[in-house]
Amino acid sequence: MNEQMQEVLALTNRWVKRLSREKFSMLFTLIQPMLFWLIFFGNLFQRAADVQVVQAPNYMSFLAAGVVVMTVLNNGLAGGVDLLFDKENGFLERLMATPIRRSSVILSRFLFVMAITAMQILVILGVAFLFGVSAETGILGIALILVIGMLFGVGLTAISMAMAFSVKSHGDFFSVLGFLSLPMIFLSSALVPLAAMPGWMKTLAFFNPMTWVIDAIRPLILTGWSQALPQVAIALGVLAVFDALCLYGGARAFKRSVG
Amino acid sequence: MSDAVAIEVKGLGKAYDTVTAVKDLSLSVIQGEIFGLLGPNGAGKSTTLRILITTLNPTSGTATIFGHDVVKEADTIRRLIGYVPQERAIDRFLTGREHLLLLADLYHLPKNEALTRIASLLKLVDLEEHADRVAKGYSGGMKRKLDIACGLLPNPKVLFLDEPTLGLDVQSRLNIWQYLRQLREQGMTIVMTTNYLDEADQLCDRIAIIDRGEIRAIGSPKDLKASLGGDGVWLTLEDPQPQIIETLSTALKGLPFVRAIRPTPQGLDIRVDAPEKALPAILEATNRVECRLDGIEYHRPRLDDVFVAHTGRSLKDQPTEPTT
Repeated sequence: MNEQMQEVLALTNRWVKRLSREKFSMLFTLIQPMLFWLIFFGNLFQRAADVQVVQAPNYMSFLAAGVVVMTVLNNGLAGGVDLLFDKENGFLERLMATPIRRSSVILSRFLFVMAITAMQILVILGVAFLFGVSAETGILGIALILVIGMLFGVGLTAISMAMAFSVKSHGDFFSVLGFLSLPMIFLSSALVPLAAMPGWMKTLAFFNPMTWVIDAIRPLILTGWSQALPQVAIALGVLAVFDALCLYGGARAFKRSVG
Repeated sequence: MSDAVAIEVKGLGKAYDTVTAVKDLSLSVIQGEIFGLLGPNGAGKSTTLRILITTLNPTSGTATIFGHDVVKEADTIRRLIGYVPQERAIDRFLTGREHLLLLADLYHLPKNEALTRIASLLKLVDLEEHADRVAKGYSGGMKRKLDIACGLLPNPKVLFLDEPTLGLDVQSRLNIWQYLRQLREQGMTIVMTTNYLDEADQLCDRIAIIDRGEIRAIGSPKDLKASLGGDGVWLTLEDPQPQIIETLSTALKGLPFVRAIRPTPQGLDIRVDAPEKALPAILEATNRVECRLDGIEYHRPRLDDVFVAHTGRSLKDQPTEPTT
């Protein structure tokens, strides 16, 4: 077996073990996003949301794409937390004193966060299906949703890891995290389409990469290929730039921190 | 013990924007010895250790382990060394055995060899019974034993330990000391930091006293103590005014058996040759100049006296929280 692959798998295995032993954490990780957002919000705003405004048969079918991307956002932004704890308690130093490739730790984290995110996306789409929302573009569309979600997740995880390596304490980390997460959601097309937003919010949401990701995933669920493909193309372009910036920043923070 | 050099450090320095953690530090560690870095918290011990285990780059100077440079040949160094960090660096969700299995993969040990080594290490540190429990429930002593097993897994030529007995109970400390002595018997070179005087005194073959980022003295505990020159007598005055101390000092100077006199804030620090003869003479002289004593203390030189002599303060006064 290739040596780096052995390192990455061994480290990823550790993340999986940790999660599986934090039973509560695992439960909430998997269930919270769909329970809170999809089921509560979806049903709560069912009557309040104007079908003409959201351009969807019902609010939950509109919201599904938003919840998928919110999950990617939350997982990605929290993706560096475990590394932060490893840095603080010295486990990272123990790893760095072994002859592993420096990138193996990072790669294991990407692999783990992406795998968990993919599973959650499938669960969310499954729950949405139970409430009568099914993806118009079928299995292929769902595969594409996963790909787009992963591409967005990579950049977010890179930001999170960069922060984990740069912050002085985990208090700072969680402050920034809390500060970033909700505005990213409200200033995007997750809950309300751009067209229905007040002008200034619309402007801010326009520059939020999350908006473009949601606008590509939403037609994959709601309408079908012909409307989705142009949106997907734009989203892939946005993500290429977004990921390049995030990975560059992440790599610099990592180099500065561990040499 | 052969005299081959295992580690050579020359003019090592680590400066941050506002502070200098280590400056111009030079030392060599001989193959097969237990070498201790002794100093208070924040003295630069851990910084030095981190440079040697390649997780921190120096800003000046060089360090080599068996001829390999710790910066340029970091990967080679990592294959030669084992590292035992402070106790918190344990993943409390993994079992003891899983820690070792993870490291076995990271060192790319062949599967069979890994399993045999892990079994024998667990036996060595007496953790077999608890190997499959998650580390959350381990006591401080058990965590430290697991740490040592982790450090030994790659069968290193040099083992580095950061405060190996910090916060442990007496029995666990003695166990750890015993493992380290066993490893030395097998020819392993061991470098450790400590801020415990008795540990440096009883366990280490040689120590470097580090304070404020600089080495103040290097040698075996025995030589360092001998270098103080004789046993010590400490006088504490009831009224320690400088001129009274001065008068007393003059009166004592030239007495037979008194080798050196040094004023301290409370009185005098006197080095003597034959205490049974020197003590009466000192007391007699004190009476003669009508100087009232608050206390008199006599003992053989201790490592702490060495520390005071080289740094001007006592290590015992330092708080003993873990260094960060």
